[in-house]
Amino acid sequence: MAYKMPTQKYSGKILEVNVGSDLKLGGESVLPFYSFDGDIGNKPAIGMEIWDIFPESWPAGVLDVFKEVADEPVKWAKHCVEKYNPDFICIKFEGASPDGLNKSVEECAEVAKRLAENVSVPLVIAGCPNNEKNAKLFTKIAESLPNKNYVFLSAVESNYKEVAAAVGLAYGNVVAAESSVDLNLAKQLNILITQLGVKPDKMVMNPGCAAVGYGFEYAVTTMDRIRLAALEQNDATLQMPMILPVSFESWKVKESVVSEEEIPEWGPQEERGIAMEISTAVGVLAAGANAVILRHPRSVEVVRNFITEMTE
Amino acid sequence: MALNGMQIYKLLPRKNCKECGFPTCLAFAMKLAQGGTEAEKCPYMSDEAKAQLAEATAPPMKTVKFGANDTEYTLGGETVLFRHEKTFVNRPRFAIMFSDIMAQEEIEKKINNINTINYTRINEEMYVEIAAFRCESQDKDKFISLIKKVTESCPKVVPMIITESPEIAEAAVGICADKGPILFGANEQNYEAMADLAKENKLLLGVTADGKENLYTLVQKLQNTGYKELLLDAGSRNLKGAFDDMVNIRRTALLSGDRTFGYPAVAFVCDMSQDKMMQLACASLFIEKYASIIVLSDMDYSMALPLFALRQNIFTDPQRPMRIEQGIYKVGSADEESPLLVTVDFALTYFIVSGEVERSKVPSWILIPDAGGYSVLTAWAAGKFNAKSIAKAVKEFEVENKVKTRELIIPGKVAVLKSDIEDELPGWKVTVGTEEAAALPNFLKKYKAKEAAS
Repeated sequence: MAYKMPTQKYSGKILEVNVGSDLKLGGESVLPFYSFDGDIGNKPAIGMEIWDIFPESWPAGVLDVFKEVADEPVKWAKHCVEKYNPDFICIKFEGASPDGLNKSVEECAEVAKRLAENVSVPLVIAGCPNNEKNAKLFTKIAESLPNKNYVFLSAVESNYKEVAAAVGLAYGNVVAAESSVDLNLAKQLNILITQLGVKPDKMVMNPGCAAVGYGFEYAVTTMDRIRLAALEQNDATLQMPMILPVSFESWKVKESVVSEEEIPEWGPQEERGIAMEISTAVGVLAAGANAVILRHPRSVEVVRNFITEMTE
Repeated sequence: MALNGMQIYKLLPRKNCKECGFPTCLAFAMKLAQGGTEAEKCPYMSDEAKAQLAEATAPPMKTVKFGANDTEYTLGGETVLFRHEKTFVNRPRFAIMFSDIMAQEEIEKKINNINTINYTRINEEMYVEIAAFRCESQDKDKFISLIKKVTESCPKVVPMIITESPEIAEAAVGICADKGPILFGANEQNYEAMADLAKENKLLLGVTADGKENLYTLVQKLQNTGYKELLLDAGSRNLKGAFDDMVNIRRTALLSGDRTFGYPAVAFVCDMSQDKMMQLACASLFIEKYASIIVLSDMDYSMALPLFALRQNIFTDPQRPMRIEQGIYKVGSADEESPLLVTVDFALTYFIVSGEVERSKVPSWILIPDAGGYSVLTAWAAGKFNAKSIAKAVKEFEVENKVKTRELIIPGKVAVLKSDIEDELPGWKVTVGTEEAAALPNFLKKYKAKEAAS
């Protein structure tokens, strides 16, 4: 008897979502990287994370790489684009946090505008830890950058009405719906946002991220289940592309934070941080992420190689 | 094809003797159909029926073993393609590649790395399980002296002998048979001799062919020799090809139910890239999908930390969350004056809480009682995280001898426990902490400042 390769062909398909003017996410009709089954859609995209303020709290391993440019977001973004060629820049408005510098939304919108004018790749706008402030922040930024197809990270259960109405409806940008590692929560939030009138192709999902070793199995399983529901059951409420802010998680765990002096046998801190970032990124890509956000240039290089080898 | 309960029932003696431990033959048949018991338990079944049943109820993917004694490992036996469908059962094992034409310094470096990586993460010991030896010199003595050197320097590793020469293989097996090595290199030309050698020494036999079609034919030939302790390699040495091999070998077994590919597979990541971080990326992929042995060029802590952590996560049974051992844990350089917190033994909760405490830079103690392995609210609702279990832990782990404080910080979500705990622990004061772990650094800094002021 000769060998017969099985296939997993599905009726569902992931939506193709435009980000900026010519970055496309999603579009696949098979499981992640299953090119032997059919169309794998657009290559997963890689974004680099920058902050609106100097990232004092970043571990030395990644802070040292950017310390010459990190005092000014436009300088920082241009440095990343010119040197490392990411598909997009993720600007995180940590300075807007009411527990921190509490910068005004007008000031933040100015920064976003200057970035949009000076950077050649699309932007992903990420907020601070305060969801209430983020609603105001995203509204203001979306207003000053209308119809750009920029992604706003994220609309959550407590602020989705304001965020989705401003970002997705009034000002023509892309809403990222964020839920915490549960298929039903993700589905519910997507439904609520589309019921407001936001078109599904103006949405992406962040179903919840974690670093490897830190409940990562919940993230992977949630993504697996979302993808299977989207493809196998053709569930239209879960067919948005997924974006995962890997660097937000991977650089805050012990393996990335502890210095070499504290645990000498673990070796250089920078390598550990990069390794945690790469492993987490590949882990979510294999579970269906259409875009990942990273910090370290070395991670960007390796994850790009990985994606290229898997898709070409 | 799998049989259902009624079909199995027809093969049984139907005398309801209860000797199998079930009240009726029908109950036994139903359980057997679900894989919940073994056909062997029925003393009266005919041999013919037994054979028929064994064939029908055998899992789609075989479970195989390698190694010996304390370092014996199980591979395969998977029944699902996604962990949420049930669970993954046998984690992949890591191998480091050695070659007999490798420079001495390189060999020494790898030996040193293997011996350095040794730590415990949530009750699991993490270390490199396998040393793979590729015979490239075709010089038997050279090959054997390499295996000897490495296995003597790294007593814990199980050797994986890689050669296509049955003669060299026999000599290599001869010096390490007691370690239960993996014998890798059965191909179209040598498979009979290799199968004999594996059979004689009861070894896991690695089968290699160029492409899935050739591998399929070769495995059928091997199965005809009667030897079924196999490890598969469809020959791809690039990332995309190897991914195709891993996914399709596993799907052929589990989706098509074709047992010709119902064996674990090996990924030679060491041949896919020279870049260590790229090898880490490839290995991360193959932990999720679907390698059983992952061969790397080398491993240092920067690779070990994410790989073992990822493996531990992916191979956690979704129905049995990871638990941290009960006890009193020290965060930072905590002394007898440091604050004392209590939380549950659900590993994820512990990791998040200890991470935030660490971030606060306030050295502290964390007490972990027996809370059933649930998260804070679930454990509380299930009656597992309450005044009694906390008081029991305070006594059991001799907390009063270890710290001077008589103040216990409890999770904000179980503030209701405050008076109950104070009743159970005379002389203690309970302080209600934060609802979310993320707020702990601020809380602890203020707590410490207040304490210093008083």
